[in-house]
Amino acid sequence: MYAVRLWSVRHARGLNAFYRGFENVLATLHPLFKRLGYGRLERPVAAVEHTVKGFLFDCKMCGQCVLSSTGMSCPMNCPKQLRNGPCGGVRDNGHCEVRPEMKCVWHQAVTGSARIAGGREALSQVQPAVDRRLQGRSSWLRVTRERAGEPA
Amino acid sequence: MIFEDEPVPGYPLPILPGHTSPGRLERILRAGQFAVTAELAPPDSADPEEVFQRAKIFDGYVDAINATDGSGANCHMSSVAVCALLTRLGYALVMQISCRDKNRIAIQGDILGAAAMGVCNILCLSGDGVQAGDHPQALPVFDLDCMSLLSTARTLRDEHRFLSGRKLTYSPRVFLGAASNPFGKPLEWRADRLAKKIAAGAQFVQTQYCYDVPMLKTFMQRVEDLGLLDKIFILIGVGPLRSAKTAEWMRTHVPGLHIPDTIVKRLAGAQDQAREGRNLCVELIQQIHEVKGVAGVHLMAYRQEESVPDIIDRSGVLQGRIPWHPGRDPQRSPQRVAAS
Repeated sequence: MYAVRLWSVRHARGLNAFYRGFENVLATLHPLFKRLGYGRLERPVAAVEHTVKGFLFDCKMCGQCVLSSTGMSCPMNCPKQLRNGPCGGVRDNGHCEVRPEMKCVWHQAVTGSARIAGGREALSQVQPAVDRRLQGRSSWLRVTRERAGEPA
Repeated sequence: MIFEDEPVPGYPLPILPGHTSPGRLERILRAGQFAVTAELAPPDSADPEEVFQRAKIFDGYVDAINATDGSGANCHMSSVAVCALLTRLGYALVMQISCRDKNRIAIQGDILGAAAMGVCNILCLSGDGVQAGDHPQALPVFDLDCMSLLSTARTLRDEHRFLSGRKLTYSPRVFLGAASNPFGKPLEWRADRLAKKIAAGAQFVQTQYCYDVPMLKTFMQRVEDLGLLDKIFILIGVGPLRSAKTAEWMRTHVPGLHIPDTIVKRLAGAQDQAREGRNLCVELIQQIHEVKGVAGVHLMAYRQEESVPDIIDRSGVLQGRIPWHPGRDPQRSPQRVAAS
């Protein structure tokens, strides 16, 4: 939801901290996930993730979440799906050139990342091209698996 | 400036140590010369003659010609085709690639093909959204963005492989460019974005139109503070405004374009507004030439391409240098070399 998405950026610091804690919790659940089977969990977890992140960030389920590097502003809401910063067409009022009624997600990302410690540095990391195969899959499970040292 | 080591005048040069391309633009920039590039408007036509005529206008005034890739999301002859036609004659091209219309498979193939044709410079762009052009029904691709496009091109060149890992037998020897908008929001992050483009592989940038030199200076100061000046060649975008009305239209309809009120007023007060627009462009180029860290200018004289030679001439930035063009060196022409 658009209004909630803007709220999330305004509260980027708190949300980012919460998210990091949440990731730690997920990491401890790795043995359980493994026993249940990551394949079996994929659909229900992705559905929950879609609902929660959809509400908070208008998440598009790209499957490779970079929210903590983008000031909690989801870059997949950019009509050009830019993953590395604003294009040259940001309007003077900070709105999108393609969808003038919407605030530029990257303008938001710059604002949001200023609220997070180390946010500016994270924003400066070059993000690789999106792996389109991961569309619709759970980022949470992928990150949990990766943190446990298993190939996602 | 005549390069004495050209095998055939106009054709790619031997690659010097520290250079990544056999191109004339990289040579000029690394030699510390003030470079001039210009944008060629590709025709809505299948007639090659129209491309040749449009290129000929710039003969003797530009170091490289930009072939645009569906700019403004409008359909025209493709940048690949314009490059194919013009490299045959020896022109130096900057091939623009937009992420809007092609995925990573098509783009990597185009980069290989372009280098094979003699394209030495690639400009990596995200591209305008489809809503801006004449085919708003089209699917916007945006598989890559300008940043991942830059790093893709660098991977092809430096790691001699596709993104998939598959090896190339010969890598594209290209000089990599990107766009930059020093006047776009969020202003405070524009230099950081340039730093990111450098990290992704950009060796030169061509900027959005500059009509505000003090604002440019602020940006350049930030670029210098970030320690980027010796890591990138910055060519500033310029172009003549036809009238106060055009200026007004452009600044309201082209997002990210900044034209100060003083410029619009000055044009409005002139007897011959088009002429004043060209005078203004000359003055801007002269002022930009003096800004620390600027390596050249990039002329985008949309629908006024014929005014480019006069504008560059009057600005004096070439300082008597005559960039290569077909027929510049009759005694060293390709035909003569072939015959001897």
